[in-house]
Amino acid sequence: MPITRDEVAHLARLSRIALTDAELDHLAPQLDQIITAVAQVQEVAAEGIPPTSHATGLTNVFRDDEPRPCLTPEEALSQAPAVAQQRFKVPRILGEE
Amino acid sequence: MTAAELSAALAKSEVSATEVTQAHLDRIAAVDDRVHAFLHIAADSALAQAAEVDKRRKTGEQLAPLAGVPVAVKDVFTTKNMPTTCGSHILDGWHPPYDATITQRLKQAGAIILGKTNMDEFAMGSSTENSAFGPSRNPWDLDKVPGGSSGGSAAAVAAYEAPLAIGTDTGGSIRQPAAVCGIVGTKPTYGGSSRYGVVAFASSLDTPGPFGRTVLDAALLHEAISGHDPMDSTSIDAPVPPVVAAAREADVSGMRIGVVTDLSGDGYQPGVLSRFAEAVEVLESLGAKVTEVSCPHFRYALPAYYLIAPSEASSNLARFDAMRYGLRVGDDGSRDAEEVMALTREVGFGAEVKRRIILGTHALSSGYYDAYYGKAQKVRTLIIRDFDAAFGQVDVLVSPATPTTAFRLGERADDPMAMYLADLCTIPSDLAGNAAISVPCGLAAEDGLPVGLQVMAPALADDRLYRVAAAAEAAFTHRWGQPLLTSAKGLAS
Repeated sequence: MPITRDEVAHLARLSRIALTDAELDHLAPQLDQIITAVAQVQEVAAEGIPPTSHATGLTNVFRDDEPRPCLTPEEALSQAPAVAQQRFKVPRILGEE
Repeated sequence: MTAAELSAALAKSEVSATEVTQAHLDRIAAVDDRVHAFLHIAADSALAQAAEVDKRRKTGEQLAPLAGVPVAVKDVFTTKNMPTTCGSHILDGWHPPYDATITQRLKQAGAIILGKTNMDEFAMGSSTENSAFGPSRNPWDLDKVPGGSSGGSAAAVAAYEAPLAIGTDTGGSIRQPAAVCGIVGTKPTYGGSSRYGVVAFASSLDTPGPFGRTVLDAALLHEAISGHDPMDSTSIDAPVPPVVAAAREADVSGMRIGVVTDLSGDGYQPGVLSRFAEAVEVLESLGAKVTEVSCPHFRYALPAYYLIAPSEASSNLARFDAMRYGLRVGDDGSRDAEEVMALTREVGFGAEVKRRIILGTHALSSGYYDAYYGKAQKVRTLIIRDFDAAFGQVDVLVSPATPTTAFRLGERADDPMAMYLADLCTIPSDLAGNAAISVPCGLAAEDGLPVGLQVMAPALADDRLYRVAAAAEAAFTHRWGQPLLTSAKGLAS
């Protein structure tokens, strides 16, 4: 199934990447080629075959719930782009209205 | 000198850790402007670590085998007080506040961390050309790629800038660069080496592992970094396979070795196939029982991988949101968080990362999930069944490590499908989570560049890799009269 330039633009929006028009022109045909190639997996008769998400087979692995040393607030905030009042400072997340 | 020889000389105090470290820093200063294996050289902290090892040794303390032996670390591992970029502008200037488990284990073993090595951005690539900081070069021929994504680590070891290096393998990112740089590289069993503090690409595949110039050196590093880690929920709680002992034994007599017939033919360079055939003959002459084995679903491994890995990446890389760490672009008060996020990711990510995030988002989106990601997961099951059937008949499988030798810089840079083929032989073991190694088996006649022999073993039977690779290495070195790397002439002039 081919993928169009509009679909790539939609996927970029979903992925929160502000692609330029030039990038869309370049990426869309490449993605179409890649998707056509990987679609080969559909040739495989896999009726009744269980999916594998993970090779080890481990499930529900927990550590003991014990307090132990961790990062200080200063360490945790040390790499933040912006900090205010010992918190991560972020751009506004709601509209004006 | 090999890491094993350095370890012995250090233990006998014939040489100090400070001298060894300084010698490697000098080598880096002399050649790294041409190789560009390193993104960050940690000279001061390396010398401080070395002085500490020397001090402890003087007090008569028994130190671990790698104490005082330098190691280069791929820039995907978090390192306290050192930058970690993952080859990306989005993490430019990030100094992680904690050490990865593997970083901690190296420090505890007294290994000297020389610096951080170059890589394809977020480990996505097979050439280091996707690094935001420029490619590394192959010490055999500086116009050729060193492979990837752990190309900086492989180039550093091949250029004698470090005796050992750490990388990660998701689709072949240790074995492929090891093969094209003429050194040894291992992908341990998935879950055998901790992912805690490894910037995640595809969590069900990412596996840290060692590079060395010899099989024994790789085994020493493999053993030092392996073992259960409660900080990684996918870490396997089992004893570390006896890889060092196996590398020393180097005995394949009576071993059953299966040649994977599906990993040859069209698309394989003739010089790679002839060296591989020769390697199989050598193993047979050493007493191994060689048979042919078919793994019919391996041909679907590459397409399944390019659905599974990008799907996981599209989710993992959502954490680079410009809010808590890393780059933030366009926060001028006029834009909301979502716009800042999209602008930052546009500026911070390179082309390949964007391609894979969009591909993964597509494969996971409703309406396409069953046809792409769901189907790829079923193919993964079929590949595991192929391995299970094969390992019912033989102890290890062998194939070429790569379809071709090192390619020219720029040759595949804007042709994603051509680039992806570099991992054709390595991907099956990643999908199955078992163990595999690449060991040099000679030079291709056409171009005089190294060829890697891949050995694959069942999960937690990593020691078999070292037994076979060490036997092949000994036989080849005897035949060549010297280690293969002696022939690398890229830095000769």
